Amino acid sequence: MTDNNDTSDATPEEEGRVPKRVIGTPAPSGTQELVPRKEPADTGGAYVLDERKARNAERVAAAFFGLSFVGGIAFIVFYAVWPGHVGNIDRATRSNYTLGISLTLVLLGIAVGLTIWVRHLVTTPEIVQERHAISSTPEDRATFNQYLQEGSRESGLGQRKLLRRTLLLATAPLGLLPLVLLRDLGPLPEKKLRHTTWKNGTRLVVDGTGLPLKASDFNSPGGIITVVPEGAEHNLDEIATGAVLLLNVPVDLLKVKKGRENWHVGGIIAYSKICTHVGCPAALYEQTTHHILCPCHQSTFDALDSAKVIFGPAARPLPQLPIGVDSEGYLIATSDFKEPVGPSFWERGRTKA
Amino acid sequence: MKWFTAWRRRPWAGYAVVLAALAIIGVAYAGASSSADRAQASDTSASAQDVAKGKELFNQTCSSCHGPNAEGTKIAPSLIGVGAASVDFQVGTGRMPASNPGAQIPRKKPIFNKEQIQQIAAYVASLGGGPPVPSSDQVDPAHGDSALGGELFRANCAQCHNFAGSGGALTGGKYAPSLDKATPTQIYEAMITGPQAMPVFNDTTVTPAQKRAIIAYVTQTRDEPNPGGSGLGRIGPVAEGLVGWLVGIGFMVVAAMWLTARKPKKKQPND
Repeated sequence: MTDNNDTSDATPEEEGRVPKRVIGTPAPSGTQELVPRKEPADTGGAYVLDERKARNAERVAAAFFGLSFVGGIAFIVFYAVWPGHVGNIDRATRSNYTLGISLTLVLLGIAVGLTIWVRHLVTTPEIVQERHAISSTPEDRATFNQYLQEGSRESGLGQRKLLRRTLLLATAPLGLLPLVLLRDLGPLPEKKLRHTTWKNGTRLVVDGTGLPLKASDFNSPGGIITVVPEGAEHNLDEIATGAVLLLNVPVDLLKVKKGRENWHVGGIIAYSKICTHVGCPAALYEQTTHHILCPCHQSTFDALDSAKVIFGPAARPLPQLPIGVDSEGYLIATSDFKEPVGPSFWERGRTKA
Repeated sequence: MKWFTAWRRRPWAGYAVVLAALAIIGVAYAGASSSADRAQASDTSASAQDVAKGKELFNQTCSSCHGPNAEGTKIAPSLIGVGAASVDFQVGTGRMPASNPGAQIPRKKPIFNKEQIQQIAAYVASLGGGPPVPSSDQVDPAHGDSALGGELFRANCAQCHNFAGSGGALTGGKYAPSLDKATPTQIYEAMITGPQAMPVFNDTTVTPAQKRAIIAYVTQTRDEPNPGGSGLGRIGPVAEGLVGWLVGIGFMVVAAMWLTARKPKKKQPND
């Protein structure tokens, strides 16, 4: 198996002295040129099998085919005896195992049998395939050129410039037509991506229970909870854009951005849960570092600094939801998000819709 | 290096390298998960004697880091006000005493028995406030609504601990541990105390009944059978894809090498 780069032009008498080479090792000194291997003429290039070994290989391959047959029968039997779709999940497990193992036997038996057949029983004479040149004959090519030139002359394509140019003009828009058809993919999202259901006075309710949350109840430093807009607890479309991560961070560590002084309630701060990269739920919060992490691409946001991106592919901070407290002490939003939540879209940077 | 050159010229050297690489990757992936003993929650009755004994144990084992009066030092936080639940969690899971200061202190076999943990907890609780160890009824998964628990778990816990509680990676070498070994009491304690990087879920935000629901979900989920055989950590298609690539494609590579290898020379009649 190691002599396929054999560069020696050893005659059969010399062959015993030439060490076998490993692929990639340098050629023995003095034998720089690649020359075709010489085959013993008297076998006609074909190898002859050792009949005893061939019989053995035949038996092994046949045994694998037999194993495959047994597996096939076993598959049918298991399918009939242990149908996985009825009964409990343990039954399904047994069914999966038995069907999987028997089908493996079927396919593997055939594969191994065929491979043994090919490797041990098929002889491989080396043959040379004679090929014609790929290009046409010079006469054919000359004739073709002649026809082409004649056709061009007769059609007047060379002389009639006006026709030629208007034809080009006519075909140019044709190439653009498929692009126009792309418009039918749907209307632009317009304002849908810019707004969520949050508005001034919407209470923050706990995702999962739908209960509103008082600022006095959410009082543990290092606390976190996912909240959704009240009234949209069960509306998945609204939650998809309106899910909010509510954190309780130490208020003395909070770096409040100018203009956002009233957006938090004594260290209780709300960020969109939707990562600004591709929209995964960014909600891995480490209370020791106050980092918010997105599980998909490891975008990391600093909860103390307006969710500034400190690592990862996200291009912008998580939008912050301005929150306050209503007359009964419940946490409310004081407006919608001031910027679109979630990943980028084409029109995002334009003036507010 | 002669032996190596000779070795790699063997016909089977290529297969051996591929198989060995597959085996190493497979073993590394499976990981040897150390078995930790379950620490049981103690009841909360603490006598003056317990406090005294707890102080003794504290001075022997904990004070070198947390200070002689648990006031905290440069290397460890103050324990005043952390409460009995925190002690029961940290000592009961073997995280404390910490063997090695690193990004995260791992779970290991606890060095104290149940009674000693209760005594230390009683002492720390006597220093001031903090949540107590939950009662066995508070953490009983049989009384929890696992459907509600699943909803709360997916909204608030799954991002770090994975939807089936298998755990996951955080930043800087930290990780959210698997919940497979946590007892119901430890799950409850982790929620109210927020150990290490974990945030706090206090009782007024997630009520005790909702916490019990979460415990019911976690314990039920880990008892689910795996219809396909190995659960592969239940981290979803990522694990399955990885196994498909490493094992499936690795096998195909070996098969392709074998099939395309030059056949040994067949015997010729005039030899």
